[in-house]
Amino acid sequence: MASASPIDPAFLDKDGNPLFHLAHEPHHPEGSSTMLGFWMYLMSDCLIFACLFATYAVLGGNYAAGPGPKDLFDLPLVALNTAMLLFSSITYGFAMLAMEKNRVGATQGWLAITGLFGLAFLSIEMYEFAHLIHEGATPMRSGFLSAFFTLVGTHGLHVTFGCIWLVTLMVQVAKHGLIPANQRRLMCLSMFWHFLDVIWIGVFTFVYLMGMLR
Amino acid sequence: MSPSPASENSGIWKLIFGRLDWSSLPLHEPIVVGTFIMVMLGGLVVVAGITKYKLWGMLWRDWFTTVDHKRIGIMYMILGLIMFVRGFADAVMMRLQQAMAFNGSEGYLNAHHYDQIFTAHGVIMIFFVAMPMITGIMNYIVPLQIGARDVSFPFLNNFSFWMTTAGAVIVMMSLFVGEFARTGWLAYPPLSGIAYSPGVGVDYYIWGLQIAGIGTLLSGVNLIATIVKMRAPGMNMMKLPVFTWTSLCANILIVAAFPVLTAVLALLSLDRYVGTAFFTNDMGGNPMMYVNLIWIWGHPEVYILILPLFGVFSEVTSTFSNKRLFGYSSMVYATVVIAILSYLVWLHHFFTMGSGASVNSFFGITTMVISIPTGAKLFNWLFTMYRGRIRFDLPMMWTVAFMLTFTVGGMTGVLLAVPPADFVLHNSLFLIAHFHNVIIGGVLFGLFAAINYWWPKAFGFTLDTKWGKRSFWLWVVGFWFAFMPLYILGLMGVTRRMRVFDDPSLQIWFQIAAFGALMIAAGIACMFVQFAVSIINREKLRDTTGDPWNGRTLEWATSSPPPDYNFAFTPVIHDNDAWADMKKRGYQRPLTGYEAIHMPSNTGTGIIIAGLSIAFSVGMIWYIWWLAGLSFVGILAVAIGHTFNYKRDFYIPKDVVERTEGERTALLATQG
Repeated sequence: MASASPIDPAFLDKDGNPLFHLAHEPHHPEGSSTMLGFWMYLMSDCLIFACLFATYAVLGGNYAAGPGPKDLFDLPLVALNTAMLLFSSITYGFAMLAMEKNRVGATQGWLAITGLFGLAFLSIEMYEFAHLIHEGATPMRSGFLSAFFTLVGTHGLHVTFGCIWLVTLMVQVAKHGLIPANQRRLMCLSMFWHFLDVIWIGVFTFVYLMGMLR
Repeated sequence: MSPSPASENSGIWKLIFGRLDWSSLPLHEPIVVGTFIMVMLGGLVVVAGITKYKLWGMLWRDWFTTVDHKRIGIMYMILGLIMFVRGFADAVMMRLQQAMAFNGSEGYLNAHHYDQIFTAHGVIMIFFVAMPMITGIMNYIVPLQIGARDVSFPFLNNFSFWMTTAGAVIVMMSLFVGEFARTGWLAYPPLSGIAYSPGVGVDYYIWGLQIAGIGTLLSGVNLIATIVKMRAPGMNMMKLPVFTWTSLCANILIVAAFPVLTAVLALLSLDRYVGTAFFTNDMGGNPMMYVNLIWIWGHPEVYILILPLFGVFSEVTSTFSNKRLFGYSSMVYATVVIAILSYLVWLHHFFTMGSGASVNSFFGITTMVISIPTGAKLFNWLFTMYRGRIRFDLPMMWTVAFMLTFTVGGMTGVLLAVPPADFVLHNSLFLIAHFHNVIIGGVLFGLFAAINYWWPKAFGFTLDTKWGKRSFWLWVVGFWFAFMPLYILGLMGVTRRMRVFDDPSLQIWFQIAAFGALMIAAGIACMFVQFAVSIINREKLRDTTGDPWNGRTLEWATSSPPPDYNFAFTPVIHDNDAWADMKKRGYQRPLTGYEAIHMPSNTGTGIIIAGLSIAFSVGMIWYIWWLAGLSFVGILAVAIGHTFNYKRDFYIPKDVVERTEGERTALLATQG
């Protein structure tokens, strides 16, 4: 015990603890930096999107005598797509609430629904892309279309990885239950998922809505 | 070497090997072939040696899979030093070519080779010498300075290192298989686009930097989290050692800048692979968009390089003046201000773009403003030395050389910041002289100060002074010989990246510069001799105290080299210079009451993913799509597999801590 340590009383503080060190190993909760670290990763990811938005802002008007937003965008379809992603965020929220109550079954159920909404979003996006390419509006057609496909596609790629991650976590929750490590992982994916939602709101506003006003 | 067209044009060959064929090997370049043979022989000797002494197991267990920030730091330094030799070989080749290619002589390098050399020199020196070395120093020192046992994410740290190494391997591969980019170190389009660079060179460049960039970004995240979350009790932000402060700012810059590089290189790849129109001349592309974006990364990058070294100079100046650092808080604020301003100056790299007077004035003024906090730092160092008891050991010598050299570089920088002057000097050798003046005089001199300063901490013995001084003088004098002529040539209007010259009156300046480069070569040789002599004489140079310089910060409180767990007890901090404060108040090392210590476990995942990343890059570079696809799936599988491992830590038992600390007690007792 620390009381046995022959430390000169001059080097003890007024409570009798050593002045220059901790007598006992401090308990660092496992993963105590994870949230901060993941936030920083998200912000760096946000900067990638910032670059893509900036590129779209600069190149978005360069149609190279090709089709522009008004010729291409189908707003009702995009509205449906947006609804899918926004619903998936709500259901992920329900999954987190269930996790807080430590209900494994409900958590898994809501996660599954979230994943399905994510897949619906991706399917609609792929349908939209296929349609555009079919009409000759390929990413190679103009600076505008390059920037459009890259911005929207990068977001879609993130959602794809989110879905893979979601399935992985569902397997891990099934295997180990809602242990602290899994709760932490679900929190990280939650931040990631909502972050993609926020990015999509930016895409929806700046690319689709304002594109129709151009 | 003529390729046999029958086999190589067939579909099956393309399917398996993409665009790789026998003509990809640069067998017609005797210099490259010679280098290849040397490297292979050297590699064979190393591999044979490791196999003969049965070191593979030890290397794998103790080094390749380690999550110990100290070992990872040392591996970063070794990577940086190896790549430094390569980058410097490129430099000497350029200096010799330019000194020779007059009066109708073509020199000894053809244009195809020469253009690769100047590109590789810049890329390697920035990404694979300066970056690994500063990351290595930060990795080693920061956790020790804040009294932590390791970084926040130890596995990520190992992974970051291997990704950086993978990037270096990809760039080195280009020397022997195919070619490297011939575009200059930032690969501006449209030159780097598929129309003008159809070969593999730019693809090597892109994938080398993308893979290494992942490592750099993650190590930035890691070190910020470490500094914010893992500080010892009592160490509030204004008690952080200055080196840790500058590291924090540099890492924030890394996290805020490298994603831009990732994004812009991804867009360039899309242009090259998919045929999009981001940076093309036609179809609505805009090459200046690339130049803007890459400098939004590139300017913070130079501060990422220099800020940690400002921290090193602060530590060294205060230690070797036996004084507290003058103006600690102004130093911190100056660092933060420089970090912020570094985002507001990128356009000064291309005043000639034609943005107009107002935009150019704005960026000219912000650029000049940076010299104010930088100047404040210099005065702080000078005032720290004023009335100090200065000891001119090697770290301090490098620091003084830095102050003299860097100031000149800083002043020529302010000169270049004036847009009208820049219109004359843009892309001239004056610019080359300027940035070598600040990068060599600042970053490299700082790294040498840091190596000489912290070597005894890492290895338990000091570096040999005699060879260190030889290296110092050759380097410093060689630097002035090598770069002052470039200032003069630049003022005369000579542009960068020239292979041959018409005007014979210029030759003498290039010959002086080449002489300087050879002096630097001798300085580098002396440095390696210094390492060798020190390792041989390590018993004579042994430092048993753990504190050979009468240091002031926490890393000197533990043994040299520190035990795996760094500190047997978590230190409690009361003052800026924590260790100086402890010594002043007659600190006694506790000898009992040890407890088991919680530590992270090793893992091979980092090196495996990095290996797969190399395979993926080779697939992408050579259009071997099956390899790229397979490796990508492999990366995903290994990464996901890693998340199924929940047991990532262990305890160092109490008796092991007791034994280790007991050995140190005995060692300290021998000194009386």
